[in-house]
Amino acid sequence: MPDQIEKTAVGTLDPEPVAAAAPATDREKPRSLWNDAWRELRRNPVFIASALMILFLVTVALWPSLFTSTSPTDCQLAKSRQGAASGHPFGFDLQGCDVYARTIYGARASVTVGVLVTLGVALLGGVLGGLAGYFGGWWDALLSRITDVFFGIPILLGGLVILSVIKGGSIWTVIGFMIALGWPQIARIARGSVITVKQQDYVQAARALGGSTGRILLRHILPNAVAPVIVVATIALGMYISVEATLSYLGVGLKPPTVSWGQDISAAAVQYRNAPHMLLWPAGALSLTVLSFIMLGDAVRDALDPKLR
Amino acid sequence: MGRYVIRRLLQMIPVFVGTTFLIFAMVYALGDPVAAMFGDRAPDPATLARIRAELNLDKPLLQQYLLYMGGIFTGDFGQAFNGQQVTELMGEAFPVTARLTMIAVGIEIVLGITLGLFSGLRRGRLVDTLTLISTLVVISIPVFVIGYLAQYFLAVEWQLVKPSVSSAATFDELIVPAFVLAGLSLAYVTRLTRASVAENLRADYMRTAVAKGLPRRRVIGVHLLRNSLIPVVTFIGTDIGALMGGAIVTERIFNVHGVGYQLYQGLVRGNSPTVVGFVTILVLVFLLANLLVDLLYAVLDPRIRYA
Repeated sequence: MPDQIEKTAVGTLDPEPVAAAAPATDREKPRSLWNDAWRELRRNPVFIASALMILFLVTVALWPSLFTSTSPTDCQLAKSRQGAASGHPFGFDLQGCDVYARTIYGARASVTVGVLVTLGVALLGGVLGGLAGYFGGWWDALLSRITDVFFGIPILLGGLVILSVIKGGSIWTVIGFMIALGWPQIARIARGSVITVKQQDYVQAARALGGSTGRILLRHILPNAVAPVIVVATIALGMYISVEATLSYLGVGLKPPTVSWGQDISAAAVQYRNAPHMLLWPAGALSLTVLSFIMLGDAVRDALDPKLR
Repeated sequence: MGRYVIRRLLQMIPVFVGTTFLIFAMVYALGDPVAAMFGDRAPDPATLARIRAELNLDKPLLQQYLLYMGGIFTGDFGQAFNGQQVTELMGEAFPVTARLTMIAVGIEIVLGITLGLFSGLRRGRLVDTLTLISTLVVISIPVFVIGYLAQYFLAVEWQLVKPSVSSAATFDELIVPAFVLAGLSLAYVTRLTRASVAENLRADYMRTAVAKGLPRRRVIGVHLLRNSLIPVVTFIGTDIGALMGGAIVTERIFNVHGVGYQLYQGLVRGNSPTVVGFVTILVLVFLLANLLVDLLYAVLDPRIRYA
């Protein structure tokens, strides 16, 4: 076993001798966790494939009109449930809308919800959980109880109950409530991570040298404790997209005029035995999107969590 | 052990109160349960006031909650707005969903752990790669899409099973819905077992067990598996609650008249007593399942003692 470790260690080291690099102190910096992770990511085919796919999805979400000239709300009932025709490669749905156009325009809702919920959850949960971990005391005790309470409500069940009562249906309502239900999970992880980091020697050293609390938090705690939060948040991104689609499918998430895959799947499900293409395209697009984000999350975890390497 | 259980049960009380109050407040304070009874018509103000008084809705929220909780502990979950007792609805729905969840958890345990063990033991080989890819695919496809695909192929195209479940909901009818319900968790259990097995394979006690000449079956079955199962058991425990709540989608596709069906009907019709009652029970199931998991740790790992 020991020679195996040695071998892998030698394998990842730079070919140039360490002694030569040592005098130049700025050479030390590139060996940080972030640089290591980036180097690992660039070599990972899974990361490259999922990143390209996500780049494509984001482009579709930002400029859907680049990919189709048909409007998703331009529907002709006469064409209801018809198959592919020239200019309409995916056929028509129940209302006679172009399935290809709706699939393209539906990307925006899913990507927006996924990215904004993840950012919101990571910021809110990271800050609240991190502060609780660093300062401890009553805030920590209170936060732990709050996360316990939220932990008892699965996100799908909670979202279903709240959103059906609110009857909003706009993208902001959905994002807001998913953040409200999702942040405690991140808060727990951030809290645990900060508690581990704050006991490290370098934090003690910074405090002994007279570093202010703000400086210690930003310069020492944050860069060292943020990795697990990023890992969990990236993996959760795909899940949030899936939850949004499920809520929209159940009729409590996004509502018209917002075009979303969940709604289209829900509408197609009633008639899918006669016209499977109505279900297949939006469902395929949704699955592919979730797959890309989960693959990205997996790659990021492999890069940032050296234990699993 | 006894003292530990009592302490954990006491710790559950604030969590239970917090969670149920949250749900109660959302349903009763944000929504208007009485307006929902009248549908689109505007109700007569005098009738409205009378119904509000009957249902204690004219009192402050905290008092409403206390009255509701008092009712629950005497077995009174209130009436659905069609006059049916909520407990009656529960009596019909919970056995069905419990059966569905049991089959789903059974699938997770048997199939998930077996697949995870095999791919963990053969890390990097074909079996492992296939397992990783197939679990990734299952995780990515939302449960309602898997549900419709299963229904379309198994019931409509090949006619192996009936597309919807009868009201009796017997075990054999529930197998396909249970597979759909278990899908996502099955993938997680497989990956978790695989990671855990692969990590423990390198442990010192494994080398010792092999070195002292124990048969392979014992090394894997006792030394490896028992140590690898702790994170898996944690996951399955928290999953039971999520499965019962997440059955909403599966039950809707296969027309199973269980908890998810009743909850969904309650939500669509604005039937607050049904919603709050069912969610309260689901929260309780979730908390108890977690307690059970913590007690199971000691069985799997004798080093863990409860004081």
